[in-house]
Formats: sequence, C-alpha cells, structure tokens
Amino acid sequence: MRLTPRDEKDVAEAIRTALAHDAPLSIEGHGSKAGLGRATQRDRVLSLAALTGVTLYEPQELVLTARAGTPLREIVALLDAQNQQLAFEPMDHAALLGGARDDATIGGVIATNASGPRRIKAGAARDHLLGFRSVTGRGEIVKSGGRVMKNVTGYDLSKLVAGSYGTLAALTELTLKVLPKAETEETLLLSSLGAEKGLAALRKASGSPYEVSSLAYDPQADAAALRLEGPQISVTTRRDDLTRFLADFGGATRVLAADESRAFWSRLRDAEPIAGEGVIWRVSLAPTDGFAFVERLRGAGAPIVAHVYDWAGGLVWLRLETAADAHATAIRAIVDALGGHATLIGADADIRARVDVFHPQPAALAALTRRVKEAFDPRFILERGRLRAEF
Amino acid sequence: MSLIMPLPEQAILARREELLARLRAILPAANVIADETARRAYECDALVMYRALPLVVALPETVAQVSAIMALAQEMNVKVVPRGAGTSLSGGALPLEDGILLGMAKFNRILEVDFENRCARVQPGVQNLAISKAVEYAGFYYAPDPSSQIACTIGGNVGENAGGVHCLKYGLTTNNILGLEVVLMGGEALRLGGKHLDSELYDLMGLMTGSEGLLGVVTEVTVRLLQKPVSARGLLLAFPTVEAGARCVGAIIARGIIPGGLEMMDAATIGAVENFQPCGYPLDAGAIVIVELDGTPAEVDHLVAVVESIAREEGATQTRISQNEAERLRFWAGRKNAFPAVSCIGPDYLCMDGTIPRGRLPEVLTRMDGLAKFHGLRVANVFHAGDGNLHPLILYDASKEGDIERAEKLGADILRLCVEVGGVLTGEHGVGVEKRDLMGEMFDEIDLAQQQRVKCAFDPQHRLNPGKVFPTLHRCAELGMMHVQSGKLPFPELPRF
Repeated sequence: MRLTPRDEKDVAEAIRTALAHDAPLSIEGHGSKAGLGRATQRDRVLSLAALTGVTLYEPQELVLTARAGTPLREIVALLDAQNQQLAFEPMDHAALLGGARDDATIGGVIATNASGPRRIKAGAARDHLLGFRSVTGRGEIVKSGGRVMKNVTGYDLSKLVAGSYGTLAALTELTLKVLPKAETEETLLLSSLGAEKGLAALRKASGSPYEVSSLAYDPQADAAALRLEGPQISVTTRRDDLTRFLADFGGATRVLAADESRAFWSRLRDAEPIAGEGVIWRVSLAPTDGFAFVERLRGAGAPIVAHVYDWAGGLVWLRLETAADAHATAIRAIVDALGGHATLIGADADIRARVDVFHPQPAALAALTRRVKEAFDPRFILERGRLRAEF
Repeated sequence: MSLIMPLPEQAILARREELLARLRAILPAANVIADETARRAYECDALVMYRALPLVVALPETVAQVSAIMALAQEMNVKVVPRGAGTSLSGGALPLEDGILLGMAKFNRILEVDFENRCARVQPGVQNLAISKAVEYAGFYYAPDPSSQIACTIGGNVGENAGGVHCLKYGLTTNNILGLEVVLMGGEALRLGGKHLDSELYDLMGLMTGSEGLLGVVTEVTVRLLQKPVSARGLLLAFPTVEAGARCVGAIIARGIIPGGLEMMDAATIGAVENFQPCGYPLDAGAIVIVELDGTPAEVDHLVAVVESIAREEGATQTRISQNEAERLRFWAGRKNAFPAVSCIGPDYLCMDGTIPRGRLPEVLTRMDGLAKFHGLRVANVFHAGDGNLHPLILYDASKEGDIERAEKLGADILRLCVEVGGVLTGEHGVGVEKRDLMGEMFDEIDLAQQQRVKCAFDPQHRLNPGKVFPTLHRCAELGMMHVQSGKLPFPELPRF
C-alpha cells in the first residue's frame, strides 16, 4: 500500500492512522535510496513525492527552504542560476544501487546524510541543515532549528535527523545553508606513487595551507588526486605551491582543468570507481588508518575486488566478492581495532536482513540510541528495523 | 531579579552531610568545597545578575571520579550543574542551592596532538585559546574563537556550541569537533565519534553540542585542527549609516565572497571604543564594517580589491586596507575591546544575543531604537554582520530603582523582535536561564515537549542542570503519553490523499 500525502497535515494523519493500527510505514521520496539500510518489509510506504517546492530562497542570506519531496536536481538548477551550491556535494547512489541517475529528493539526501568528497573541508549534509519541519513517529508536527546560520536555541535536533533514515520523523520541510560556487577548480594528479606513499602525500597536503578541498587516492589508476577551488588566480598559485610542496614524493604530475576535474570528483562522489557485482562497504576511519585497514583486510583473506580512498584515506569504499555475511565479521574486527565504523551499502536484501548493516555499538551507547528512537517514535512506526533489527 | 528557579528540595538539603561524606570518599578532601566562603566563588557565571550558592562544589580530576559522582547523584537524587570556566553569558552554569556544582577546571590537559589526522584530543577544562597556542608552532589552529577565548574552556564551548568572528567561514564548535567522551547521569561513560568523520547511527555528538550541560558531562573532546592561512588582510570600511553598512555586507556575500571575519559596529559603539582605547576608528561614521580576507597572498590581494570596490559602490566614506600585520590587528583591536569599552559609557550593561536574517537588519535596528526609547534606555550595537548575529548592549544603572527590570524587559522585547522577523533567540550564548522563559516565542508546546523527551532519553529524572533552557519542567512519564484517537480515524487501509 502506498500513501501519497499532499501536505504536512496529511503526513501527520497518515502516521497517526498507522500508529492506531500498529502498521509500520516506510518513508520514501523517489525511492533512490530504498536499497540502503537493513532490508525491511516496505509493504506500507509513505511517499513524500508530492511534498514539493522551494518555499524560500534568499541568495544573499545563503539560505534555502524546500519541501522534502523536492527533486534535488531542481534545487541544484535553482542554485546554479545564482552561482551557488550545496557545498556538501550530495552523493548519488544510482551507480551503486541501480535506478535512474539524478533522481534523489532533498529529503532523502538529508535523511541519509549523503555527502561527497568535499566533506573534509565543507562538512557533511548535517553541517548544512539549519532547521526542519517534520512529523514524528508520535504523529506530531515538530519543528526545530531555524533559517539563520548561528542558532543555539534549544537542542540541535537537525544533527539528529540528518542521517537518521526516517526512523525518528518524516521530514516535511528542510532549511539549508547554501554557499557560493567556486569561480573555478583544478585537480592535481600525482601518479605512480603506490597507495602508501600516495596517501601520505594526501595527508601532508591536507595539513598544508593551500586549502585543498578534496583528497582521494584511486589504487586502480595509482593516482592521488587533490582538488583546488577558488578564483582562477588563487587556484593557479596554489596549484604551483602545492606541486612544489609535494615534490619530494616524486611521481608523475598532471593537472586536470575545470571540466575534467568536475567529472573526476563527480565520479568519485558517486563511488563509481568501485561500482559492480558483489558487496559494497563504506568505511570511515582516521586518515592514517585507511591504508592499514585495507592491508589487514587483505591479510585476513577478504576477496577485495576494487577499492578507493577518499578524505585523504579517512573514507574507504570497497567492493568484495559476495559472501553470506558480506565479510562483516572480518571488516568489523579490523575497524573495531582501529576506531571508526563500517556500513554495508550494497548487498542483496536477504544479506541486508541478516547482517548488521550499520556498525554495532557498545551496550551503553546502543541503549541510549534506542531511547532516543523511542523519544520520537515509541511504537517503532517509522522505518521499523531499518537501522537495527530491534527497532 | 525576576527569575524564578525551582525551590530547593528540603529532602536533599537535609541530607547534605551524608552527601559531603560520600563525595569525600570519591575525591581528595581538598576537591570537595563545602565552606560557604569558598563556595561563594562559584555562585554565578558571567551572567552576574543571577546568583545562587551551590550545595557543594566538587572538583573531579579523573573520568572515574566524574562517573562516581554522577552515579552518587543519581542514587541520592541530587541535581548536578556542570561548569567550565564560568564564562557563560546566559546563566548556563548558575548553581542550584540543592545541587552539586561539578567544576571541570582540573581537566586541563592536552592529551594528544595528531597533525597527520589534523586533530587534537583535549580535556574539557583546556582553554579555547590554549589549543591554538599549543599547535601554532606547526602552523595550525582551532577555528572557533569566541570573544572569551582566553578564558572559556573547550568543554563549555561544546556545551554552548560557541562561535566567534571566524564562524561565518569556518563554522561553529559543532562543525569543528570530531569526537566526545561524555558521562551520563548515572555514571556511564560513552565515546561519540573519534578521529574519523560522521557517526555510525544517530549523531549524538551533534546533539550534545549546544545542549547546555543538560544531557551529559563532557570529559574529553577531539577537535579538528586547521592550517593557518598563509596571509590575512583587513579592511576598515566606514559608512554614513548602519543601513549602508548592512547593504555592503549583503553585496559582498552576493558576490560570492565569504570573508574570514565580517563585523560591524554602530556609532554608539565606535564612540565608546575610541573613548576607551583609541584605535583610529572614524568618529563621524554611522557604522564601520571590518572585513578580514584570508588565504594565499594572490587570492587575498584579489579579494581585497573586489571588496574595496563593492564598498565604494555602496557609499563607503572611507576605505582603509591593512598594509601589515600590525595594522590588521589595530583594525580588530577596537572590535575586541567593544564590550569593556561600552561598560565605560554606562555603569552596567546587559549583552543580548539574537540572530536575524541579515536583510532585515535596517528594519530591526530602527525598531530596536524605538523599543529602547520606550523603555527609557540606550543600546549600543556590535554585530557579527556576516551571519546576522546581533549583540545589542543595553546600558543601564543597577543602582537606579527599576533599571534592571527595564533592561530585562527591553532585552526580551528585542529577542521577540528577532524571532518575529525570522531569527532566533540566541546565536551563540545559549538559552540558559536568561532566555528560558522566552522559548515559547520560537517553539510551540509540542516542539518543546519533543525536546524534553530527548532530555528524558539521557536523564529521566531531570537531575542534570535542571531549570535551564526549558520554561516548564515536565515529568518524563507525562511526556511519554501518547494520544492516539483511533476511533476517530476513518478506515486506514485505503489511500485517502
């Protein structure tokens, strides 16, 4: 069954009805991220696809408000016309999960905290959500935050709902910080360094004053990539300075001009270099641990088919051969020893129903997480089982 | 003082001796402050108009001691108020007469600096500025820089989600921390985040940041370190009116420039500053705007020229560009002295903290002026112009009958005005006790109930810093009630939209 409310009041009524009948609801925009998270029944869907429209956009104030079902591409086009952007670069999951490209809604982007390679400098989706309106699992319309950048009035519930996969509340309207687009960009590519040295070069650059906005290493191409954005005059001088700064590492140097650079980072944003058959993992670590993680995983005999490092080594995308447990045990044992978390992004529904998709938590933290869920949705009406089997 | 705090619980006061004895079993004797004179030192934070003598002051030195104190407080049903350096301007660390004041000043060590991962692990009692000082030899710094950064602690910064002049470009505390260790009411210690980015499930670190000590006690913070920009230059721009200055700020941002700092002062503040410690601000200006641009020299030079031409287009009567570091610092000197300077033109002042959509600034200033006249008081203005965060300084004389009440009323009217135009009650100081009773201006009952349910998930008995942030305390049991009127709902299986 599919409910398609026209407005926030309808959303509240749908959730109250579901509550009254203990009939859990899955929340969907265009469904581009339905394959993320634990596999659940999804036989009663609350579609927010009709809640569309940008309700406020003030370029001078760097702020935009849109209803949750608004297609991301509409927002991007609107911002583009003013030379502005969502600086956190929402990732598109189509390459990994299938489905049409460019088919996300802004609600889905925020609910999954979908962010890109600029994360390391500009922050994640959660850093750009100023406020929201929503309907909680209690069927109550709740708002939080505001439309101004500096706001410490009450708890920052925006942080909580960003990345909560709709398990706390159905987001109905979002207010986002937007930022000017850089005048231009270039990418410095250092080839033939090998992974260990390539990642060390990225870490050195991330601590440089040249404002590198994205840092990635692609083992398949043996290339370390460093993105510079800003006014042309600044990009040019920083690129030269950075090249000198990293000269000791050796390797071949090449510069990707603006268009090529944009294409490179958009492919990386969407994890295209590792897309394909198998199971897909996203692992967040301290940058110095990325290489060690992959080496240990190989040492443990895990069949890695492809991998790529983003965030100077702090984010590892992996594709492995399919296995009953998706190699969760091996991956998590290493991540637990290093500190960080691993999320199973791509796998068949039966694997995602059996394996913990999100990283397990220590008992006290798990208990607190559950109490937070209950504070918003005590009957587990929204996205039951999406994050954890028990709620 | 018009503030109403919950009455002290007699049952707790009656068990004070037992509490002291049990605290002394956890802490060295010198770290349990029971003597009245010594407790006086803790009776208020930087919002000095509200004072209360804490039941006892406890100064733990280890996480185990914090856990033990919290567990004891939970068991004895005693309230706990955490406190850093006590620089809160909203009364967030105001003690309770029936509560333990948990001073975190002894947690003052930098535990680890990790340049390769661009972070540092520090204890909550470390001063904000001390972090930057500890890493500056390698060219790094910690970006959020509240005006009190020489005194305020990083733990307090997390509690209040502190900002500063850098936050337009570099973000607030919440955007600049990677990990927290917190102790919950009841004594459990949890680690949230670490040296990696993003959380595995709910972003409880983001929730804790700015929660004003109501959810847990911070015992360790992992902060992000940034490389210092190679160069920075300042512009001092003078305008005939605040409106013209505000237009210039809007035009700079519309051109796609996000300066490292973007501040504005009105004529009253300029006069006070020049009177206090002259730094060459033009006394005939209606407003001055200070812009700081940072980055590589080529980029900074380019942007300085663009900003200067925007300022001229917007009617600047004077544009000065810093030619060296000493001059850049001189431009900032007056801004940094603005608060003490204003205290010299009136015996007392109340510093308000609201945020508005920047475009509404001229209207808000005009109406604020009217409100000040209505209450018979004067207001001097300093703004974080880039992000619309206002700091109206309400001048009053505490020795004059009724002046404090008038100042409080004017402050409340100003904050109501901020909310009315689409802004918020507090941009960086927090709600605390100061703005607690105004929360209803921004949130309805349901919004507030939901926030309090979050509190219940962390602290079901409301023992941690109660009486702050929320105007009315509800029991968690009554907040948990659900009103599902299933009989009134039509047949639910049919899609009805």
